[in-house]
Amino acid sequence: MYRYDEYDQAIVDARVAEFRDQVARRLANEITEDQFKPLRLMNGLYLQLHAYMLRVAVPYGTLSGTQMHALAHIARKYDRGYGHFTTRQNIQYNWIKLAEAPDLLAELAAVEMHAIQTSGNCIRNISSDQFAGAAADELADPRPYAELLRQWSSFHPEFSFLPRKFKIAVTASDTDRAAIQLHDIGLQLIDRDGVRGFKVWVGGGMGRTPMIGHVVREFIPASQYLSFCEAILRVYNRYGRRDNIYKARIKILVHELGAEEFTRQVEAEWALLEPLALDAPAAEYARIVAQFAEPAYDPAASDRLDLADPGFALWVKQNVHPHKRPGYAIATISLKPVGGIPGDASADQMDLIADLAARYAHDEIRVTHSQNLVLAHVRKADLHALWTALDAVGLATANLDLVTDIIACPGLDYCALANARSIPVAQQIAARFADLDRQHDIGELKIKISGCINACGHHHAGHIGILGVDKKGEEAYQLLLGGSGAEDTSLAKILGPGFTEAGIVDAVEKVIDRYRSVRTGPSERFLDTYRRVGADPFKEAVYG
Amino acid sequence: MGEDQQPVADAAAPPETAANAVILSFRDAPAYEGPVVALADYAANSNTAAVRVEAGEDARSLIPHLARLRLIEVAFPKYRDGRGYSSAQILREAGFTGELRAAGDVLLDQMVFLRRAGFDSFAPARALNPAAVAAALERFPFVYQNAADGRQPVWVRRNG
Amino acid sequence: MIKLLTGNDLLTGDVLWWSGAGWSLHLGDAVAVDGDGLLAKVIAEERINDPALIDAEMTPEGPRPRTMRERIRGRGPTVRLDLNRMPA
Repeated sequence: MYRYDEYDQAIVDARVAEFRDQVARRLANEITEDQFKPLRLMNGLYLQLHAYMLRVAVPYGTLSGTQMHALAHIARKYDRGYGHFTTRQNIQYNWIKLAEAPDLLAELAAVEMHAIQTSGNCIRNISSDQFAGAAADELADPRPYAELLRQWSSFHPEFSFLPRKFKIAVTASDTDRAAIQLHDIGLQLIDRDGVRGFKVWVGGGMGRTPMIGHVVREFIPASQYLSFCEAILRVYNRYGRRDNIYKARIKILVHELGAEEFTRQVEAEWALLEPLALDAPAAEYARIVAQFAEPAYDPAASDRLDLADPGFALWVKQNVHPHKRPGYAIATISLKPVGGIPGDASADQMDLIADLAARYAHDEIRVTHSQNLVLAHVRKADLHALWTALDAVGLATANLDLVTDIIACPGLDYCALANARSIPVAQQIAARFADLDRQHDIGELKIKISGCINACGHHHAGHIGILGVDKKGEEAYQLLLGGSGAEDTSLAKILGPGFTEAGIVDAVEKVIDRYRSVRTGPSERFLDTYRRVGADPFKEAVYG
Repeated sequence: MGEDQQPVADAAAPPETAANAVILSFRDAPAYEGPVVALADYAANSNTAAVRVEAGEDARSLIPHLARLRLIEVAFPKYRDGRGYSSAQILREAGFTGELRAAGDVLLDQMVFLRRAGFDSFAPARALNPAAVAAALERFPFVYQNAADGRQPVWVRRNG
Repeated sequence: MIKLLTGNDLLTGDVLWWSGAGWSLHLGDAVAVDGDGLLAKVIAEERINDPALIDAEMTPEGPRPRTMRERIRGRGPTVRLDLNRMPA
């Protein structure tokens, strides 16, 4: 894992001091709320419905046990004993007081964490594959590149007042677990002619106008990806629309210019920037790579696994993935118990997971964009003990990627932007499909729920997407089918007229029942069936 | 309207640079005090030494003329409109060494970014406290990336 | 339909309701507000964030905001009733 050196620590500490000063000036009315708001937002502090919400960055989704313990401590001391893991691999606290926020940030800085640029019209937290460094199918660990992007983008003087927010994701395998084609910039690590580099997508995103990214470069050498990103950002900063916030994301610029012309402008800009040698030296990359050195694996770790216990066997089947190392596995901890709040974890759960990470997983924890947690390096021989400990506290739900593993944004229960509640809809769908046998029979099915058009719940990328809308002050829901955030990215389409809260749950069940009757067999996923038969059978099932 | 969804260039009247705005300069030479010509009028007035670039204008069009210019003023109609940072970077990258002035909605908390992007003088619509500016500019001991101010990124310091 | 004056406390972020004499944490204390003079004063003072006049009706149980959003602001998250604001 990356550890701060004196420079990182000094910069993050200075940021805390700066924010402490900014808060003091605001509390003394030396600056107006209009002036202060962008400052607090660039420190992750939003005003939501009930209180301030603080979004803490989890760079590329990786945490140490020490950091997880600190997050638990903060939940107890500054919040109401829990936090919410988000679709951008961050954690949010819902009940923060402005006057206490500087102290909270100081406690975060003490464990090498921050909330820098988790909001605002700047480059946000860099996201990545939750299996990075462990996945059997990856080219190399993408996190050193993500860390370099984190540093390069932190307090970037030219790109701190962009037309709109800007999200970058980095992966290193053909299986896309980070939805890179739905980011402002998506980077996939590849090799070409013996040179390491990136394939670059630009202009993907969800929100009001969902779009899939365009490939603007088939290959940029890794030694030059920062200056290439610099060129993309400069074209966007200069020409992205600033007259209409709903058209201000880079995807709209790419769309309006056309991908070809946008690419031409980026290449022209990069031709000017490239000779300026803006990229980090190779030695810096090597320094960071050294910090992501592999953990001290047990060379004697065995691949043998006793699956006699059916509950354990089911969890292994559903929540455990292959590791690149013999005798090891990747275990996902579902934060989607039936009846729970997707992505929420109590301080006690955070502490327990941190302890389990220390005992069984080389002290490392990952946050996934589907709001679950991952222990990336677990000896197969330890899986049963891990499962037993998780099961004892309700954290061993064997539902990864199944119908109850639902992504839901905070929705109208917390969020000032929301039009409708998301969490209760997720809870009712999960309750309807609580039977595990039924879930496993249905198979992989990703339901994603957003409480407004901003799409924090990724409804456009849901096999089944649900969008909450406002109907004269009351909640209503639209149903979308056929989206995917994986390497086969597609955007879900609205099926028909909307529903009430009870109606949407019934509609989802009708869609799933129809899928079961028209699929070619249990091995055909819902998404594949939808792609094969189209929307009509589902329209008929829901509205017929 | 969402918390982080304020329009960055909405219809609200931009603060005008007051005619008597106090110029805050970080240059050894005194701030240029002669007339400043709008970029759109510049070609016709090529004997002038000072040009103003509005937020949406292409600073690159000045590159052939940089040797003749003593001052380039870059407008910040709203502090959230960040186009002026790219204008400054582009002009410094092209070798402009004259006075580069940020004018308009220039606030204390943007000073670090403005200085790093290459601005060395400021005409704020509302006066800034020079002591507070000095403190803000000293706050961050290190920087993570290259910019027009030439400060050494930590990746250089780290790797000798 | 009546208007209620509400906003969030600058220091704590707490939801506040204008009670006639001052700010209250409890929706039940909210009183009907006439005109927008008070709102303008609150905006100018810069101590309450996102101040707004919202639509409500007076019921035997107290003021009931028109929109679900404001009802949730008044009570708390519907999915964490343990954290909801209890009447004073």
